[in-house]
Amino acid sequence: MATEATGGGLEFHPMDQFVVRPLFGAGEVHWYTPTNVTLWLALTALAAIALLVLGTRGRAIVPNRAQSVAEMAYGLVHKMIEDISGKDGLRYFPYVLTLFMFIVFGNLLGLLPGAFTVTSHIAVTGVLAMAVFLGVTIIGFAKNGAHFLDLFWIRSAPLAVRPILAVIEVISYFVRPLSLSIRLAGNMIAGHAVIKVFAGFAAIAAVAPVAIIAVVGMYAFEVLVAFVQAYVFTILTCVYLKDALHPSH
Amino acid sequence: MEGNIGELGQYIGVGLTAFGMGFAALGVGNVAGNFLAGALRNPSAAAGQTATLFIGMAFAEALGIFSFLVALLLMFAV
Repeated sequence: MATEATGGGLEFHPMDQFVVRPLFGAGEVHWYTPTNVTLWLALTALAAIALLVLGTRGRAIVPNRAQSVAEMAYGLVHKMIEDISGKDGLRYFPYVLTLFMFIVFGNLLGLLPGAFTVTSHIAVTGVLAMAVFLGVTIIGFAKNGAHFLDLFWIRSAPLAVRPILAVIEVISYFVRPLSLSIRLAGNMIAGHAVIKVFAGFAAIAAVAPVAIIAVVGMYAFEVLVAFVQAYVFTILTCVYLKDALHPSH
Repeated sequence: MEGNIGELGQYIGVGLTAFGMGFAALGVGNVAGNFLAGALRNPSAAAGQTATLFIGMAFAEALGIFSFLVALLLMFAV
């Protein structure tokens, strides 16, 4: 596929970093085998818990650094869900905050050299997206009953175009989990692969300075992307939640 | 040069999906540019609309990501 750096003894494939390997030994991967995915999923959860529980343990009036970061994350998600989903969306705030912290830490920990990016796997992001999709659908039917189908049958549109709009709305509704999961995984795969491709060029002496500067630039950009993708995932969850709570507008 | 014609078509197809990336870039740029144009006319209203900006960008970007999905399918699933 892409570059293979030759000379300098640095040879790797840009997609090698996404291979799932057993943590101990080199046997086959079964469903119970502890793999690098298991390790980094656990570290992601631990990092989120460490920031939110240990960081705010002091409950200081003038917060220290960890506490103010935790408060900022809390405030960001709280404001987002209040602005977009409305006051009654705040019941689902704990889940949305968990989602945001998990994705943001999964993305950021993946940027550590030698780390494994759990959010680059569609198996991981697919579960997150399906949980949001199924949860929102169940909430929608539980809150509104058959009224929830108004989401697809738009009463403000002229009667003649309503069937066409209904088809489009149904398609766009069922493509949600796909676009949510592929967006997050695709952004992570692409960013990390680009960094690795530039790192491959660094083995060639003539272009090494350019390649190293490019790696630094891409890395900084990826830190931004890691945050923005977590933000986008969370904000779309809030939008879907709004649709479930108030389907008629 | 050797190899079969099916593989040739597969790789050409994967390369063509890169066009999807370009068009998604047009879409995202359009969203950001129009947001900036509006924000400079009424800066006081801009802060409240950043969420809408990100939602718009996400929707524009999603279709570009689908072209990446098509590339992956062509490479590994066909």
